Amino acid sequence: MVNRKKISIFDVVNYVMLTMLCVTTLYPVLYVLFASISDPALFQAHRGVLLKPLGFTIEAYRLVMKTPAVTTGYLNTLFYVIVGTSINLFMTSLGAYVLAQKDLYLGKILTLIVIFTMQFSGGLIPTYWVVSSLLGTSRLTLLLPTAITTTNLIIMRTSFAAIPSSLMESAKIDGASEVHVLTKIILPLVKPTIAVMALYYGVAHWNQWFQALIYLRDRDFFPLQLFLREIVLQSRLDEANMGIDIDVSADIGQIIKYATIMVSIIPVFCIYPFIQKFFVKGVMIGAIKG
Amino acid sequence: MAELSKTVKLEKTKHKKTTIRAKIAEDFKKHRTIYIMVIPVLLYYLIFHYGPMFGIVIAFKDYRPGRGIWGSDWVGMKHFIDFLTSQYFWRLVKNTLFINFYNLLIGFPAPIILALLLNEVRSRKFKRTVQTVTYMPHFISAVVVAGIIVDLVGTDGLINDLLAFIGFQRKNLLAVSALFRPIFVGSNIWQNIGWGTIIYLAALSGINPNLYEAADIDGAGRFKKIWHVTLPGIAPTITILLIMRIGRMMHLGWEKIILLYNPIIYDTADVISTFVYRRGLEEADFSYSTAVGLFNAIINFSLLIMANKVSKKLSETSLW
Repeated sequence: MVNRKKISIFDVVNYVMLTMLCVTTLYPVLYVLFASISDPALFQAHRGVLLKPLGFTIEAYRLVMKTPAVTTGYLNTLFYVIVGTSINLFMTSLGAYVLAQKDLYLGKILTLIVIFTMQFSGGLIPTYWVVSSLLGTSRLTLLLPTAITTTNLIIMRTSFAAIPSSLMESAKIDGASEVHVLTKIILPLVKPTIAVMALYYGVAHWNQWFQALIYLRDRDFFPLQLFLREIVLQSRLDEANMGIDIDVSADIGQIIKYATIMVSIIPVFCIYPFIQKFFVKGVMIGAIKG
Repeated sequence: MAELSKTVKLEKTKHKKTTIRAKIAEDFKKHRTIYIMVIPVLLYYLIFHYGPMFGIVIAFKDYRPGRGIWGSDWVGMKHFIDFLTSQYFWRLVKNTLFINFYNLLIGFPAPIILALLLNEVRSRKFKRTVQTVTYMPHFISAVVVAGIIVDLVGTDGLINDLLAFIGFQRKNLLAVSALFRPIFVGSNIWQNIGWGTIIYLAALSGINPNLYEAADIDGAGRFKKIWHVTLPGIAPTITILLIMRIGRMMHLGWEKIILLYNPIIYDTADVISTFVYRRGLEEADFSYSTAVGLFNAIINFSLLIMANKVSKKLSETSLW
């Protein structure tokens, strides 16, 4: 492209617009952050835009950390993310490996069976019926029904298929089993794809709430997002506390809401810089279909 | 002669049949491990994807939990007719189409415009900063996004603070029917505008720089270049994404609607999917809501086919 040094009006307008976009994108999150560390009484009295924390206290965070709902939710979410993503990666690479076989006689039919589900599904109610009658209200309802995301399976298959088949053939001639070929040759070669898949699946588990809402009954199994919904959207702090004695005045109740939101998004932001380099790759391989 | 060819044909099909079976048997032997490996994957798809597809039959039955799916009586199209003649029908169809139409009309071009603006930025550092910031909301959960929205537009929320400052009366904006769609569509843009640019920026970087030079020589200004070089360059990407988006139109974002809406604004906020959720899972009206869900899926699929056809005619870009 042409490198003119002159700064035109267009450039100025463009930079201003983009800066404004960044500010509007960031501000809601900053507002929550500022509010969460503000002095409850000062915040309650405040009206209008918040440009910095009003006073400083981490009392709300201390209370949040003592809230059983948050700690239980956190541990459960960690469980769902770790176990769920492991199941996802295992099943997805298994399926991708089979579908990437070029000389498999039934390969086309298997691919068709898989692709068909991208366009047709039973819908909410029949899926609910099948899942709940098979798995009841156990933790498995959040792990098994989402074991494979078909889009991700296709992405992985595409990246497996890009590996020269001579590599696998020579390994097989040397006596390597299929499992060996998959785990020792293919998977190490597609590490970046695996990382992207882990990112997609992991974030999906972290943010998951709807399935938890419809399948789970036992509060001990609830993920963080479901408790978050109670605390933030339904303002049911007392119930979320499960009868634990924390003296929650109206002032701090408001602040606790913000602290809870922060607690749920901070881990994602902490790993954000490390995963950012995978974004472009993830979206691009996602765009390649078939 | 004809008879002969007939018998030959017969022989051929017979031969073909045996060879298919033989081929499969041989294949099974040759790839035994592969076929063992596919079992869990196949089971997963059969149980959790094809199982529910067969469950759709309850849309045509009067499902009673005690009697099971097969024991319940067939009622044919009764639930469909019930839905089509119910007082909710038009409201739901209207809301579903309006919300999705606005979402498409404003939400779809937004990342394209942002990508075009970013493409004109020369400072790499500034570009990266904007990207980092605008990708971020994509990773925030629907619950948190809904929580922040509810808080911002609430009676004591920031938006009301600003409105009160310029003389408006404070009120909970989520209790105003007319405001649900702008709030919903706006928050969707906030969440997705940055993430949506990734693919367009990649498509933009694939445009041949010679084209820009040629345009320069022809004396094209910035807007002319965007219009005649940049946009045509990413047109195929735009078309494919648009078709896919239309195909999923009726499903987009309904979980967030469940988090945001309330009975006061059902007249603008309730869509077919949220109605299916309420009737089906909250009121346990399985058969009826399955029928409504199927109706939604049929509209969705017709939209996809239509979009694909139109695009094939206009631009020769299509999904299949």
